[in-house]
Amino acid sequence: MSIKINPLRKYIRNGNLPHFFCPGCGCGQILNYFLNAVDDMKLNLDEIITIGGVGCTARIPVYLSTDSFHGVHGRTLAWATGIKIYRPDLKVVIFAGDGDLASIGGNHFIHAARRNLDVTVFMVNNFNFAMTGGQVAPTTLIDSITMTTPYGSKENPFNICNLAKCAGATYVSRWSTTKPLQTIKAMKKALEHKGFSLVEILSQCPTNFGRYALKTGDPEKVLNWIEDNSLLMSKTEGKSEEELKNKYILGEYVNIQKPVFEGTTVFKEESN
Amino acid sequence: MNSLISKTDKRVKTGVHFMLGNYAVVEGAIAAGCDYFAGYPITPANEISELMSKRLPEVGGVFVQGEDELFSIYSVVSASLAGAKAMTATASAGFNYMQEGIGYACAVEAPCVIVDVQRCRGENFATQADVMQMRWGASGDYEMICLAPSSAQELFDYIILGFNLAEKYRNPVIIMSETTIALMRERVQIPKKEDIKIINRKYTNLSPKDYLPFRAQKNSAPEMAPLGKGYHTLYTLNYHNEDGTIDWDARGYDRLYKRITGKIKENRKDICKTETFYLDDADQVIITYGSEVRPAMDAVQMARNDGIKIGLLKLITIWPVAEEIIKEVAKNVHKVYVAEMNIGKYSKEIERLCIPYCSIETITKNQGIIHTKDEIYNVIKEGNKCQ
Repeated sequence: MSIKINPLRKYIRNGNLPHFFCPGCGCGQILNYFLNAVDDMKLNLDEIITIGGVGCTARIPVYLSTDSFHGVHGRTLAWATGIKIYRPDLKVVIFAGDGDLASIGGNHFIHAARRNLDVTVFMVNNFNFAMTGGQVAPTTLIDSITMTTPYGSKENPFNICNLAKCAGATYVSRWSTTKPLQTIKAMKKALEHKGFSLVEILSQCPTNFGRYALKTGDPEKVLNWIEDNSLLMSKTEGKSEEELKNKYILGEYVNIQKPVFEGTTVFKEESN
Repeated sequence: MNSLISKTDKRVKTGVHFMLGNYAVVEGAIAAGCDYFAGYPITPANEISELMSKRLPEVGGVFVQGEDELFSIYSVVSASLAGAKAMTATASAGFNYMQEGIGYACAVEAPCVIVDVQRCRGENFATQADVMQMRWGASGDYEMICLAPSSAQELFDYIILGFNLAEKYRNPVIIMSETTIALMRERVQIPKKEDIKIINRKYTNLSPKDYLPFRAQKNSAPEMAPLGKGYHTLYTLNYHNEDGTIDWDARGYDRLYKRITGKIKENRKDICKTETFYLDDADQVIITYGSEVRPAMDAVQMARNDGIKIGLLKLITIWPVAEEIIKEVAKNVHKVYVAEMNIGKYSKEIERLCIPYCSIETITKNQGIIHTKDEIYNVIKEGNKCQ
């Protein structure tokens, strides 16, 4: 009997698996979604630079057969800018967690969006700092119990999609690991988009967020929690602010075209 | 990179100029082939960014003013790995923020140049207080190459040398500038293009199948692979083995950092640059660096007029330490003076090398003002009275 090999395996760096994500983690799914998108779109991974910072999500590029940057917390978009404006021919894709992008990398994030840097960001939101053991993040809902909020978090969380939209991102959408097909579709749109594109993917972290905030280490229950707290954008009409409170609205937030960033000043013959 | 414009003739402004030190940095960098600059406003380094924003687009390079110094250093490192000759410039307070990225640059062996125009007292006062931070600022194990110019001309010359060393050893190079020389206008002679020696990094000839991104000869830098050509290099701060992937082998970790530090430490002879004055018959010597060389040189001449047999050793490379040269000088004198503009930091490095051979006295001034020649001369005179 021959062993069937996943056709996406060819995109894995040196064929090295298994990955190091916890059982039930969403990061493996997202790696799979990305490779599905790449395969469907027939993208050449040789011309894609993938970037991860530090954290669980940041490890996704480590498994990809691409030129990759990894290992510094929060600086994904600073790296991306250096590559993209020096080599506009390359495609840059970022995998960042909510802590990486919205906390330590928040400044780089809003400025890259403001400039409309031509990169694609997949932000995996698992509502906590997972790799460090489940601390409160800028995306953790108010009153959640985490390792650093034993009495419940008293901070308001960011709505990353609204933040990106306000900052000037030209493609923004939010999906979740409970909706793989829609997520892959959005990832493809983001990869095709010229300009700053962000897909926020709500994802389950049973090991930390699940156990501390939801009192369950069962991935299925965490996925159910995400599903219960999500609402399709098309179904928000007519709903009151109270009904939408603490709901994750899934769908496309922005999809527009604007000139992309090429550097702070660009030389034109006539400008001299 | 705007490939439509390749005005290489605009790179080297051959001739004699009356030029601001900060502008000499820019002209030197562009003559050296710099085509990427990222910076964040900070006094007294602003003139570097300002002239770069004008000059780089003219020669097909890219200029970006980022949101902070972390942006500057990381985008410089990634642009460098994407093929650029990249640099940034800042001043002491901004240099603090860059340490994180400098550590990453050392670990992934990214050539780049960082100019630190040192300042103190929260203003543009003169100082050499960052001399230790140049070497020890980032976490982790690494060696640093740091050059200390003492005039606008040397800012021009040594930034070219800095780019060459960065490319050759795949390491960050720090140019230790100071308010004194950065904000001073002086004569700068820019040579002909063909008289400027340029070293470029080595790219591999191997195919992606055979290429190992971090395999190198002992004490040397690995060959680079171009980005986006199927080499699939992983540039991670985590310990990586020769194929670039993250590893947990303790001995391999030890081996990697022996090579990363060894490529600088064991090539001191090639890297370290010094100049000597009046040393042939000297029985005592001033060792100094940066703009302190200027009053020290005057003081030596004053002492020579008095018949005091004193010489001067000027350190152009301050990191790595020119150990053999300093020891050789110390063996032939009975006293070493170290002049510096801080609380007395680099003198500890000199002391550890000189102590077996001669006595040592530090001449420090930490007021945000450079030494006068009289201040240094008076210390020498006092020292010679006691004998």
